Amino acid sequence: MVAKNIGEPVLRKEDARFITGKGNYTDDINLRGQAHAFFVRAPVARAMITSLDCSAAEAADGVVAVLTGAQVAEDGLGSLPCGWMVLSKDGSEMKQPPHPPLAADRINYSGEPFAVVIADTLQQARDAAELVEVEFDELDAVVSVADAQSGPQIHPEVPDNTNYDWELGERDETLKAIENAHHVTRLSLVNNRLIPNAIEPRAAIGDYNSGTDEITLYTTSQNPHLARLVLTAFVQLAPEHKLRIIAPDVGGGFGSKIFIYSEETVVAWAARKLDLPIKWTADRSESFLTDAHGRDHVSEAELAMDENGNFLALRVKTLANMGAYLSTFASAVPTYLYGTLLAGQYKTPNVYVEVQAVMTNTAPVDAYRGAGRPEATYLLERIVEIAAQEMNMDPAELRRKNFIQPEDFPYQTPVALEYDIGDYEASLDKALAMADYAGFSARREASVAEGKLRGIGFSCYIEACGLAPSQVAGSLGAGVGLWESGEVRVNPTGSVTVMTGSHSHGQGHETTFAQLVASQLGISIDDVEVIHGDTGKMDFGMGTYGSRSLSVGGSALMKAADKIVAKGKKIAGHLMDAKSEDIDFDDGEFKVRESNLSKTFQEIAFAAYVPHDYPLEELEPGLTEKAFYDPANFTYPAGTHICEVEIDPDTGVTSVVKFTAVDDFGTIINPMIVEGQVHGGIAQGIGQAMLEHGIYDETGQLQTGSFMDYCMPRADDLPNFDVGMTTTVCTHNPVGAKGCGEAGAIGSPPAVINAITNALGVREIDMPATPLNVWQTLQNATHEDARGE
Amino acid sequence: MQLSQRVEIPVARESVWLALNDHRILMQCLPGCEQFEPSEENCFTIVLLAKVGPVKARFQGQVELSDIQHATSYVLSGAGKGGVAGFAKGSASVQLADVEGSEGATVLTYAVNSSVGGKLAQVGSRLVRGAASKMANEFFTRFVGVVTNNPEQEVLIETIES
Repeated sequence: MVAKNIGEPVLRKEDARFITGKGNYTDDINLRGQAHAFFVRAPVARAMITSLDCSAAEAADGVVAVLTGAQVAEDGLGSLPCGWMVLSKDGSEMKQPPHPPLAADRINYSGEPFAVVIADTLQQARDAAELVEVEFDELDAVVSVADAQSGPQIHPEVPDNTNYDWELGERDETLKAIENAHHVTRLSLVNNRLIPNAIEPRAAIGDYNSGTDEITLYTTSQNPHLARLVLTAFVQLAPEHKLRIIAPDVGGGFGSKIFIYSEETVVAWAARKLDLPIKWTADRSESFLTDAHGRDHVSEAELAMDENGNFLALRVKTLANMGAYLSTFASAVPTYLYGTLLAGQYKTPNVYVEVQAVMTNTAPVDAYRGAGRPEATYLLERIVEIAAQEMNMDPAELRRKNFIQPEDFPYQTPVALEYDIGDYEASLDKALAMADYAGFSARREASVAEGKLRGIGFSCYIEACGLAPSQVAGSLGAGVGLWESGEVRVNPTGSVTVMTGSHSHGQGHETTFAQLVASQLGISIDDVEVIHGDTGKMDFGMGTYGSRSLSVGGSALMKAADKIVAKGKKIAGHLMDAKSEDIDFDDGEFKVRESNLSKTFQEIAFAAYVPHDYPLEELEPGLTEKAFYDPANFTYPAGTHICEVEIDPDTGVTSVVKFTAVDDFGTIINPMIVEGQVHGGIAQGIGQAMLEHGIYDETGQLQTGSFMDYCMPRADDLPNFDVGMTTTVCTHNPVGAKGCGEAGAIGSPPAVINAITNALGVREIDMPATPLNVWQTLQNATHEDARGE
Repeated sequence: MQLSQRVEIPVARESVWLALNDHRILMQCLPGCEQFEPSEENCFTIVLLAKVGPVKARFQGQVELSDIQHATSYVLSGAGKGGVAGFAKGSASVQLADVEGSEGATVLTYAVNSSVGGKLAQVGSRLVRGAASKMANEFFTRFVGVVTNNPEQEVLIETIES
């Protein structure tokens, strides 16, 4: 049954409060008598703390306390853990160094906090921080990924600065296929380091109630229950039932607000220690220095083909930068979210990938929009593009030739995943038509006539979303289950309050979930309120990341709504003297089949709460249902992105003149919200491809620590996007949805770079393709040509 | 950050050398310098108010002279801490030579190698070179003014590209 609400571009319910300044973000919350925290951070990347004297700071005006790593240790606060165990080739467990919330004796990255000043005002805390006397014995820092394994050892627990040496796929078969192939395309590439930059920086308020011995932590979290679990079970902050986490409106996360950080932990701990509400809001500099960064891979790949361009084997070797500590999900990103995606949309029979995770004296690196899948897609779609050049084949046709076909599903890839459904040719064809590929050569001639270079680039991506089947994730090392919970509470008047364990921080769940539940119950979306982000209100939930909310969280809600309808039928049957199996529920009405008897949804709700005429001996009163949903498989959104660029060869300035995205997200509840997600993702992908780059100098100082040096995409860097959809419905979740949150950031970077190399007539250019980089690449190519002639 | 410059000073080498070893003159010429006091032999305690882009901080630190070759060269190295603003450290090798064919004139060349850390690096690394050359220009303009006893004395400063 597809109800009328599903598929409609309903305006977002939450926007009224956001655009009128009525949002309630963590920093909007002020508690009576609250103090402010200011963290004292290391200005060096690697050092021993030889002395630390906080007495002058403690004596300063307004200072309540100065707390250090030693006090954290004294109070028995544990290490911030990494939640996903990855095993090396030899079966050994990954090497994980301890990560104290405040550094006690060793500094491992620039910006690492080693003390916190708590004072009546933020200004007093800031001023007192200047009085903290600290001496460092500086040590040589390890910065570059490529040199990490031969550099000085950062942690005693991690020899060769290597956390693990992981592999996936059939090594021998792959190597044999490469050795015997007609042609092998080889590529080395770097996936540039990114810094997340959500609009709202991280923030936290710790509040302790000594009467109930309960801590409440208001914080910018994508997954408050998971944060509570980690802070209680692992960090030992409090018993789980004595910590409540409230993540109110959150202004963007992109992964960076999944993780358990020092500051939020310390604020909650200090609130109890000092019996005082304590507030901290990161400034932008702190965000740059300490929010978990993204990507940062160095890879080599080989793609083997027969004489007709059929892919025979892919081999990949990757070094992944983990930074100074293993962040919450860091270990999974370059392995189970990366290696498993290297089959892409292609029926390559042999794929073998090796990944070494290395530590450096830089901020921890973890999931960032796409998390592993952008890295896999970039590598695969770059090498396929170069293979087309080398085989002298049309890049679209080479891809088409190797696609997994609709009749091949379910399709078992050589890298663990089983794709349930897809139609890759459909999205390629639609994208080619929308992008007017046939007209490209005429457009290129027109550009050339104006002294410009024009190029077109393709990317056919796939991602694994809807994290995840718990048993599969568990067998691969995940420390948690990955289901989702949902609750539908029907109020006596028939309006509905929905509780979800997912968390919305820009995705518009208050609208999408309301549409979903309203359509299931045949009521107006105005009668549905969606509540999320408070461990005191809803059942345990897993939060939002990995494009999982609709396919997992939405499915839980759909199951809960189905239970409401089933119970409603029993109540309706009683009221209308019919068997519940003879009741049909349609468009908000319970009808007795083959009769004109009916009751509205509101009448049934009222009867459930005012059970004067009610089968109390068989049925409980009330109308509230819960469901937990654990998916049977990942979902596999896929699609084709086509980018067209025009380059001024004199300056290297590159304009994205046309960008087409055709995606298959399965069932779509709200096409406007989906399109918005795609737009945002593409903007981030173009940012990675052309503008953004997190850079440390050789001593481990972050050189791109502000918006002066770290270039975020702006509106005038982007064209109007042409977004289209094709649909194959996910086979294993009740909504039929696949997830749309990350696709834009996953699919777009290789499309942009492929367009730029196509325009320049070169094989390679690294991201970000800044004007200088493009101009230099063009100069080098011109000089090489000149030498060749 | 590396910076290398060549400065012509219309004064004999010996006088330039004496001025370069007089901490009161150095303090007077160094923009933002609030203290330049000898602590032990060839060592000085300095306090310097510096502004690099948006970061303004008072740096406290030590400066040491080494490899001293009378009237010919020395190496000046130092490190300063600016609290939350971060730190700066570096060394400058300074050399003096007579200007050929010109009586009583000296050419001073120096090469600075410096690094910054903390907020200074984070928001200012792109600006450090500019701030350093501005500071050098002011220093030598004042220095030449002092050693020639003519504040209006024109100074020829040439940056040596590495």
